[in-house]
Amino acid sequence: MIKTTEAGPTRYLSAALGVAWRYLHNLYSRPSMFIPSLVFPLFFLAAFAGGLSVVGDAPSFDYYDFTAFQFCFILIQASTLAGVFAGFSIAGDFEMGMGRRIMLATRRRSSIVLGYGIGAASRLIVTWTIVTGVALAGGMQIAGGGFDLAGIYGIALLSNVAALLFSAGIALRFRSLSAGPLMQLPVFIILFLAPVYVPKELLTGWIEPVATVNPITALLNAARSLMAGEPTGVLTAYLVVFGLIALMGFWAIRGLRQAEQAG
Amino acid sequence: MTGASLTIQSEPVIGLQIRALATRSVLRMIRSPATLVPTLVFPIFLLAVNVGGLDSATELPGFPTDSYLTFALAFTFIQSAIFSTMNAGQAVSQDIENGFFDRLVLTPMRPSALMVGQLTGLALLGVFQAFLYLTIGLVFGADFAAGPAGVAVLLLLVVIISLGFGGIGLIMALKTGSSEAVQGMFPLMFVLLFFSSMALPRDLIETTWFRTITDLNPVSYLIEALRSLMITGWDPPVLAAGFAIAIVLALITISIAAKLLAGRMDR
Repeated sequence: MIKTTEAGPTRYLSAALGVAWRYLHNLYSRPSMFIPSLVFPLFFLAAFAGGLSVVGDAPSFDYYDFTAFQFCFILIQASTLAGVFAGFSIAGDFEMGMGRRIMLATRRRSSIVLGYGIGAASRLIVTWTIVTGVALAGGMQIAGGGFDLAGIYGIALLSNVAALLFSAGIALRFRSLSAGPLMQLPVFIILFLAPVYVPKELLTGWIEPVATVNPITALLNAARSLMAGEPTGVLTAYLVVFGLIALMGFWAIRGLRQAEQAG
Repeated sequence: MTGASLTIQSEPVIGLQIRALATRSVLRMIRSPATLVPTLVFPIFLLAVNVGGLDSATELPGFPTDSYLTFALAFTFIQSAIFSTMNAGQAVSQDIENGFFDRLVLTPMRPSALMVGQLTGLALLGVFQAFLYLTIGLVFGADFAAGPAGVAVLLLLVVIISLGFGGIGLIMALKTGSSEAVQGMFPLMFVLLFFSSMALPRDLIETTWFRTITDLNPVSYLIEALRSLMITGWDPPVLAAGFAIAIVLALITISIAAKLLAGRMDR
């Protein structure tokens, strides 16, 4: 009895780690899969921080460094899209039958979602290292301290988890790569409906009220304040992102049940 | 009588082929909302986001207008033209993949009809998109300094640009015969767009390396020609540069595509 209780969590974790290892192995053995996810954030970093740097000179723009301002967006964007790309892998696995085989081999199927989550979070190490390195090489100034930086990367990690759970929910319902746009487009849109180029106070027109209620705005504002060494709204940001994780976790688990029922 | 029927059978045949393929190209786009809707909506979405987010850029000394909407509207036309690259390429590559192209080769269809038919569809879509975006821009308060004659020039330039980028899509499709390869072009086309003077005038770009790229990027000159009609009115050197680049691009890409098409039909 005790043995079973002990073996349960171990077996659960072992299944999750197996799924994560397989995901990472597939990812890094196929350059066509991981290179775009690395190139896109760098491309956006170059286009925004390089091309729009003069926007930081606008009279009403009062952030200390435009590259750092953009870096916070790029970091959250890259982390979020890494979660979405993991959703693509779930859909692809189900499309070619691997998903069903993994389900047959696992007693508690939530370990599958956990495995992809571990994989998606692990790939962030490479993404973060490259994006941060390029931003620093491009002259980014970090005003915050070690704890502030940990806070920024914590927000990025949790946004990755939320995005993974969202896209997993879709992937498990549709079980086909043709659902790719349904995973990517909403995330892309919600990211760009946040204050991407300038602080929220400088947004004009319809986008200002939209950005106010957009949860990504809270994450961005907190990350930017931490980067500047003047933390504000950090607790709100963490509450928002944990709320998103809870919501998307429920969405993903319901999707998993549908995949189980589909057989 | 014999002469008349000969005229009916031989002379207009190419016209009929072009019309049939152009109609097919247009209907195919209309019947495929998954392709058409993002092509129409995505440029408007990015326009709205950029206008809301970058309006404060108009406060910068030297910014050519006090309306960022007027400034950014030109980018929308180029973006839709770049989408036409994907649409044209995707349509032809699917024809190759699903065997339609092979069946077409067995008919008396001329390669030129296939090419012109596909490009006519693209040009019509380009005109429709240009009207749509211009109407949206004007309704939301954008200026159009060149007046009604400028609208005609803008439409002409948009059509030529669409043909030029459509030619790139055709080249990719005919060269690879794979819709996946055509899709793979998308990030590259996006790079061309983002590394141009789409968001700021070139003389206001501070970062030297970025400014050098925008100077070398032909898309900058296409955007600036369209933008000049809205902000300046008539600016002959800027318009000449835009038209020259668009025409050269269209001639080069369509010639290469025609050659590849003839080669593929000979196989």
